[in-house]
Amino acid sequence: MIRLDNLTKVFATGQGGVASVSGVTLEVPAGATCVLLGPSGCGKTTTLRMINRLVAPTSGKIYIDGKDTDTVDPVALRRTIGYVIQQIGLFPNMTVAQNIGVVPTLLGWDAGRTRKRAEELLAMLALDPVEFMQRYPGELSGGQAQRVGVARALAADPPVLLMDEPFGAVDPVNREVIQDEFLRMQKSLRKTVLFVSHDIDEAVKMADFIAIFRAGKLEQFAPPDEMLARPANEFVAGFVGTDRTLKRLRRIHVAEVMIASDAQAVDGAPVVRTTDDLRRVAALFLEHGVDSLACVDEGGRAVGRVTRDGVAARLRAA
Amino acid sequence: METLRFILNNLPMIGERTVEHISIVSVAVGIAILVGVPTGIAITRSQRIADTVLYLGSIVMTIPSIALFGVLIPVLSKIGQGIGYLPAVIAAMLYALLPIVRNTYTAIRNLDPALRSAAIGMGMSQSQRLLRVEIPIAMPVIIAGVRIAVVINIGVTAIAAYIGAGGLGTFITRGISQTDVRQLLTGALTLALLAIVADYSLMYLQRRLAPKGMEARP
Repeated sequence: MIRLDNLTKVFATGQGGVASVSGVTLEVPAGATCVLLGPSGCGKTTTLRMINRLVAPTSGKIYIDGKDTDTVDPVALRRTIGYVIQQIGLFPNMTVAQNIGVVPTLLGWDAGRTRKRAEELLAMLALDPVEFMQRYPGELSGGQAQRVGVARALAADPPVLLMDEPFGAVDPVNREVIQDEFLRMQKSLRKTVLFVSHDIDEAVKMADFIAIFRAGKLEQFAPPDEMLARPANEFVAGFVGTDRTLKRLRRIHVAEVMIASDAQAVDGAPVVRTTDDLRRVAALFLEHGVDSLACVDEGGRAVGRVTRDGVAARLRAA
Repeated sequence: METLRFILNNLPMIGERTVEHISIVSVAVGIAILVGVPTGIAITRSQRIADTVLYLGSIVMTIPSIALFGVLIPVLSKIGQGIGYLPAVIAAMLYALLPIVRNTYTAIRNLDPALRSAAIGMGMSQSQRLLRVEIPIAMPVIIAGVRIAVVINIGVTAIAAYIGAGGLGTFITRGISQTDVRQLLTGALTLALLAIVADYSLMYLQRRLAPKGMEARP
């Protein structure tokens, strides 16, 4: 759990102080992913960097699992917080294995345990340990380097992960792939993640909660579905876009709106899986001019129907 | 031909003066490394101090070595060391400082800020950051500074023969005073050879000490 209490950062400039972050209060439950979203210069990165004390807050408190982080030595604190940055920052003089082993080594793990952990993490991130352990960062592609960056942040199994536009420098195709891998991994790891992004689609995809910032102030803090359904003000509505209803469809799965029945699908008619999201359902409704689709489970058995009215009711309900 | 005969007849003496020469250069550069590398690292923390230190260093570099020896004579005479080994080492050390300080400073300053951010964010203390990340990455550039310092110092030490410091410059000073081309050429050739050998050995060291994984970089 991470709690920010009236967090404020004022940077001194020639013309007096400029508030980069003012009075931000929010709470991210343990195991949840919170995306800090907003235009550049809105204070989201400064907020993130105050959590691991790369930036010292002017006032306000930060609690991690109930503990006031002011009472912890910054160097010790940072070793318990995973940190991923957009520029990745892998150390070019160290192999992939050594890079992943940085925090474990700082914490005094023995070489065998550190090595085993690096292999385990590479495998988890779909990189073959045999092939990659002894490579240097200069020999990795952008996507591979960013995976190693994530592995390095997870090395000492920190409960909290801070990610500053982690996939911003990866090309769009690879970004989707890494996002999917990260979501799959996060399902089992259940880290408390704070994730800075300026991409609403990425936020909707990754977040359990979205915090929208403007000019250092928190404009709205809500789960993606709620934020898309009921933006708190004009600014949030503008930022999430006029197609916010379409964006909501991504986060809702067929299983949530399905009416159970064992009626068989008509041969040749399109079917959807219970694990599909509603974007596919909407596309099929439009493409085939139908109001209702048969749903099948993972094994391909007919388990129910999804209807236009059912989808509309779900969109109204939030 | 005569020069060659002179060289062959005087091999032990040439050897002795080469050793004297190397001894002055290596003591001077050794002290310059011990002082210069920490200074170069320390001044990365303040632009103003860095500018001042590098400016002072450049001023020293503009003083002709013969003038610097001249200045050192009255100063060091007070402790009875006006001429000879000590002023030679001090002057050579002063000339070696700037390239070493400047290269160390530049290498650490030019480090990718993302690396510093990552290192701090992961919980490295300042000394861990220096020893594990910053110095290893800066090493080739620091050694390049040492290389420049050594080559400069081989020249400076040759002139130190005028203040009785010994070394290979002695052949040249004697060659001039005795109008003896054999000694002049012997001094010039051995000095050139020494400079080339030193430069190449340090270039080899520079490559060896480059962190693995970074060799491909220019």
